[in-house]
Amino acid sequence: MDLLPLFQSFEGSGLGQAVRESVWAFAAIESIHLLALAMMGGAALLVDLRLLNLGMTERTTAELADEASPYFTLGLIVLMISGAGLFASEAVKCYYSTPFWVKIGTLVVATIFAYAVRNPVARAAEGRVGGGTRALVALASIALWFVVAAAGRWIGFSG
Amino acid sequence: MSLLPFCEWLASTSGSIALHESLYMYPLIESAHVLTLCLFVGMTMVLDLRLTGLALRRIPVREVVERTQPWMFLGFAIMVITGVLLFYAIPVRSYQNIFFRLKVVFLVLAGLNALLFHTGIFQNASSWERDPAPPARARLAGVLSLALWAGVIVAGRMIAYNWFDCDKPQPRWVQIATGCSYEQRQEP
Repeated sequence: MDLLPLFQSFEGSGLGQAVRESVWAFAAIESIHLLALAMMGGAALLVDLRLLNLGMTERTTAELADEASPYFTLGLIVLMISGAGLFASEAVKCYYSTPFWVKIGTLVVATIFAYAVRNPVARAAEGRVGGGTRALVALASIALWFVVAAAGRWIGFSG
Repeated sequence: MSLLPFCEWLASTSGSIALHESLYMYPLIESAHVLTLCLFVGMTMVLDLRLTGLALRRIPVREVVERTQPWMFLGFAIMVITGVLLFYAIPVRSYQNIFFRLKVVFLVLAGLNALLFHTGIFQNASSWERDPAPPARARLAGVLSLALWAGVIVAGRMIAYNWFDCDKPQPRWVQIATGCSYEQRQEP
């Protein structure tokens, strides 16, 4: 299946045109994207560092996960909405960009991993999940989001 | 006194030229700078949200400060090192960039805000650190920190845009704010 026509229609959409033709829109949306990155990244690290026993160890991981998850989810939603605006303005460039496909592929895996694996592990009762597993889940989470963000930054450097 | 001659000298050094012309080093340093936002600003946000009473309300403020601080310092160190290198790669244009100057102003204000918090209301944290919503001065410090670091991020991202660069006609206020005309007139 060839996705190029689909990407061309994204680029030709009203949103894509509006962002592309505005002087400020791309820069403004990019800034919002970065602010949400900081929020989501901080919320993710708070829990991942706790899973590694490197963070707020006086608290249970479940307590921190409860506190962090609204900010994690809010950050992720803002990232996806602002990211869609950035993407629409240059969808065809993204189609030919390897970092874009790495980012989207890893994003899907990271999002599923966050809600299907990491959250249940973080919220499990103390002692239910072994230390090794907890550390592995945290390192996988950090690595996945790192690739998403690094590949995302690299879209701007390529092409 | 102008820092322009210093920036021009910096730009003429071989390290600056090498960074500026490098295919991968500059993007790698920039990526590290951006990704460390998660560590530094992310951890700062966690503390700020606690100070404003929006998150971690059951955890004493001092515990949040002590546990997030090492990560904040690590993030800040990486931010400063990569940030200095980014400046070193493009000194003159950065120095005369209105957003860079705005970013420095926000950075200084964010630093002052943190200093005032640590030497002020945080000194008697024992009397309020368990309150779900800390006293007004601590909440203010949290809100100011969130706003100022957001300002640093937005201004920092905007440095990439050349809307107000010196190499094209600019309104008088931009010339003054970026030091374009004033400093270029001083050249022999």
